[in-house]
This record gives sequence, structure tokens and C-alpha cells, in this order.
Amino acid sequence: MNLSHELNAMAAIAYRDLMKFLRDRSRIVGTLVFPAVFILILGGTFGAAAAEGRAFDMWTFVFLGVFAQSMWQSSAMGIISLLEDRENDFSQAIFVAPLSRYTILGGKILGESLVSLAQGVVIFAFGLLIGIRMDVSQALWLIPVSILVCLYGGAFGLLLMANMKSQRGAQQIFPFLLLPQFFLGGVISPVDKLAEEGDVISLSLDFLSRISPLRYAVDLLRGVFFGGVEPSQGAVLASPAFNLAVMAVVGGIFMAIGTAMFVRQERTR
Amino acid sequence: MSPPPIIRVDHLVKRYRKADRDAVADVSFDVAPGEFFSLLGPNGAGKTTTISILTTTLAPTGGTVTIDGHDLGTDAAGVRSSVGITFQTPSLDKNLSAEENVRLHAILYGLYPWRPSYTLMPGAYKKRLADLADVVGLGGDIFKPVRTFSGGMRRKLEVVRSLIHHPRVLFLDEPTTGLDPASRRDLWTYLLEMRQTADTTLFLTTHYLAEAEDAGRICVLSRGKIIALGTPTDVTASLLERYVLLGAADPAALRAELSAKGIAYTDDAPGSANVRVAADEGDVQPLLKSIDTPLTSVRTVLPTLEDAYLALVERDELGAREEAAGLGEAGIVLGDALGEGALVDAESREVIQ
Repeated sequence: MNLSHELNAMAAIAYRDLMKFLRDRSRIVGTLVFPAVFILILGGTFGAAAAEGRAFDMWTFVFLGVFAQSMWQSSAMGIISLLEDRENDFSQAIFVAPLSRYTILGGKILGESLVSLAQGVVIFAFGLLIGIRMDVSQALWLIPVSILVCLYGGAFGLLLMANMKSQRGAQQIFPFLLLPQFFLGGVISPVDKLAEEGDVISLSLDFLSRISPLRYAVDLLRGVFFGGVEPSQGAVLASPAFNLAVMAVVGGIFMAIGTAMFVRQERTR
Repeated sequence: MSPPPIIRVDHLVKRYRKADRDAVADVSFDVAPGEFFSLLGPNGAGKTTTISILTTTLAPTGGTVTIDGHDLGTDAAGVRSSVGITFQTPSLDKNLSAEENVRLHAILYGLYPWRPSYTLMPGAYKKRLADLADVVGLGGDIFKPVRTFSGGMRRKLEVVRSLIHHPRVLFLDEPTTGLDPASRRDLWTYLLEMRQTADTTLFLTTHYLAEAEDAGRICVLSRGKIIALGTPTDVTASLLERYVLLGAADPAALRAELSAKGIAYTDDAPGSANVRVAADEGDVQPLLKSIDTPLTSVRTVLPTLEDAYLALVERDELGAREEAAGLGEAGIVLGDALGEGALVDAESREVIQ
């Protein structure tokens, strides 16, 4: 195995994904539709009700939540498209190239993360447009955190993909995994007051919220934006360091298991 | 001494999960370097399965495959770098230009380092690209999106792309499906030229038997097994004989005369007035001379590869049906041969996806 060849191939695979996105105008526009709907409609109703009597700005809260969720979801869905790619257009040629399977996965994760970041830029611009206020250092901090959120979403997609046989199956199951996280992960409404002592339902919701992978990505982004738990006045659940640690461990495990399963399937298919 | 084979397939077996019979059942053959080899067979015969295994997209259940000295099981990357593939379904990225497609391929095969644009690529690449564009007659269109190309141009570009890393073997999986006759002929002219200049081994699967007539050897698969292997002429000759088709104003008299002179004949078709008499090239004139009954028509019939192929497959499927009827008690239920073929095809496609 020639490392420089593999790295060059990884860059080429990733770059192709990005180019494909940037040349697809309808997809760029589509990028904006869902986040805009979520921020304006869901955020304006659910979020507003839930944020009643809180000190933080509800629009900023919802915007940051949807911003993180969009990139996370886009990366995850992008990885799943590898299932379809094998049979489709150019990508089947990637699978028969003399490349390590790890290189193909690496290029795909990198590429889909770049696509998600490009989508993030569009959503960010939308945020400024609807009046989300931030200073330059807050905006700059969003960059490294967004990269982590994309990679973390990619790891989630990778685990899901390795367990699914077809793109259609993955697409059918994805909403079931995503939709609950929308609420449990605190994307549009705060989840800090879910648990009530002695109430089984609320305690189980709180438990489900804590095992939602998306929760930690959303909270990390808000935590960094607001500068920690204290200054956020209740918008942030845990310290960025804690969220980062959870993402590193969970994402690392997802990625390791997903990669191992994918490579093994490739060998025995 | 003949050179060692470039492709060696030894007792290859593939059984899909949950299938009750092998899609490829103990298939063995060799292909010599530079040979033009063609794999034929009806849908569901195991063609696609075999080519998928040889091109490393499917793992075999048993047997070994060696390509250009690389063992498929232990050195898939070696096999991958030795072969080029033109897929059954178009495999160009329509979002990219022709040049970008070729560039991506070249980088994936480790020929050049990655650069984000054409202008930053090394001169050697630019020269090779220009040569290739000339070969397929693209010229300046090479920088246009593939979307704007005709079906024939796309196929050619795919072939050119699959040759850019100088593969020892080029796999062509039904390369002319969906092309009009002119594009088909054009592509074949190019392929056969390329084969001569680059000494590339061609491994073809096709449903157009005329394309396989040019092959050095053909291999016919049916129900996962090889039912014929040899030159197109040999396969045709071993199966079907040349014959002379005779017609007379008085068919009864012709039949009576042939019987009286001890010349074996068969009816051309049930109820037909015309008769067939087996005859090789040199036999035709003596045969005609020996017949006194006035003839109204004479036609010598040379069976084509397509005739032979159809006869082969029909015979094999008939055999399968008889086997199923006779061996029912042994627990082998093969069902209707045609229906089964379709079933296996659907099944193999599902599993490959």
C-alpha cells in the first residue's frame, strides 16, 4: 500500500463529493428549505413555548440547534449514500480501483463533511439574515465545532450504513432515528427540565434524551457559542469539555465498529 | 511453449446466501495473454456473477482465481490494478466534465497526485489526455460536461478511461447495450485496434452473438456450468452441421429418389415440402449431380454462432427439465428451466445490490 497514493485518492473522492454538491443548484436551495422551516415554524411555536420564562434568546437557541442538527444529519445521510453509490454512476468505479477500503470510507466521510460544511455556510447566512447576532470570535468558533459535528454525524451514518443492506432500507429507518432526536436532543426546545422526580414517563424521556447522540453535538455547539454553561443562562446543558469527550468516545466507537463491519462485508459480499 | 495464462479460473463456485443452488457451479477456464475471450449465456446463467467475481466486486464461495499472477483471495488490490472494467451500466459521473472523470480515475489508480484543477496537473497528464481525446475524436469537448455527450461518446470515453492505467486485461460487460448500430461498429473498430496496439486481453460478455464471432474463444454458461468452450467455429461445427436445403415441384418424388439412393434427409420443418441433406463444402456438387428429380430451389445453409448458441442453451435447458422429471425422487427439484433462470437472475441482482 502506497500512503501517498491512498491520501491523494482520498482527496480526490472527497473533492468530487463537494463539486457534485456545489454544481447542483437545486440541492443548494434545498439545503435551506428544511432548516428555514424548522427555525421559523417549529422554533417559533414549540421553541417559543418551551423557552417561556427563560433568560436566553429563543431564536439564537433554535438557530444554533438546527444549524448543528442540519450538518450532523447531512453528513450521516451522505455516508449512507455509499450504499447506493456502489451500484450507481461513477462510484462503482471507485470500488474496483486498487484502493484500501479505509481510503474509500475516509474520502467519503471527508467529502460528505465538506458538503455539510458548505450547507452550514448557507444556513449561517440565513441566520444572519433573520437577525441572529454574534461577534466575530463567536462566528469563528463555529468553524472548528462544525467540523467536529460533521465528523460525528459521519460516524453515526457509518454505523447505520454498515448495518443496512440497501439505501432504501436506510432511508426508511433514518427518520425513526432522527425525528425523536429532534426533540430529545434539544434541537428546537430545551431538554434540561425533562426529568421529574418519581414520574416514570418523564424519567424515561430524560434517559432517552441522554442517549441521543445528537444532543451532545447540539450542546457542544451552543456551549462554545455562549462561552460555557454559566454565561448561557440555561441554554447549555453541559460543559463543552464534557460534550467533546462524549462525542470523541461515542463517535470513535461508532466509526470503529462501522468501519470494521463495512470492510468485513466488502470482503465477504 | 505457450505463455502462462493471464486469467486462471479454477473450480470457481458461488452460492448466494439463502439460495438453494450454486449460481456458478465449479467453473474452470484459462485465458491466454492478448486473447479475445467471450463469455456467453442466457440471463441467469452466471455470467454477471462470474464477471463480478473476476472484477473483485463479489467474493467467491469456493475455488481460486488468478489474474496477471495476483490471487484474487489474497491480493485483490493487485488484481484491481491489473484490470480495467467497462461496466454494464454507464459509470461516468454526469456532474463532472469528461476531463474530470478521466482525472479522477487516474488519481484513484495512483498515476498522478491529486490537484484541484486541470491547470495544476502535471504536463504528462495533459499530454496523455490530449492523446486520448484525439483517439475518441473528442478534441476540445473533453472539457464539457459528460451530460452533453451522446451514448456512443460516453461508451468510448468509458473505454478510454478504463485503459488509462494500462491494464493487462480489459473486462467489457455488455459494452454495446443501448448503442445504435453505427456507434456499436465504431466502438468495436476502436476496441479491436486498441487490442492490437496495446496487446490487451479482452474479456467480453455480450448478448449480441455477432460480436462474439470475432472472439478467439467463447465460453457458454448455462445454469452456472460451462456447456461449451472453444473457438466460435469449433463450437458451431461441433453442434450443428452444414446442410443443403432442397425444394422440388414434386416433393414426394424427391423424397423417394433420396431414399432409393440411400441419401439421408430430414424434413426442413414438420409438414414442409423442402428437405435438408447434410453436406460439407465438398459434398454439395456431387450431391446435386446425383439427383435427377427437377429441383426448384437449392440453398446451402451454414449455421451461425447464434444458431449454435440457441441450440446449446435449448438442449441444456431441456436436459435440466428431463433431469428434474427423472430425478424427482433424489430430491432435486429444478423446476421449469426458463422460470428458474429468471428467478436466479432476479435473485443475483438483489444480492449484488
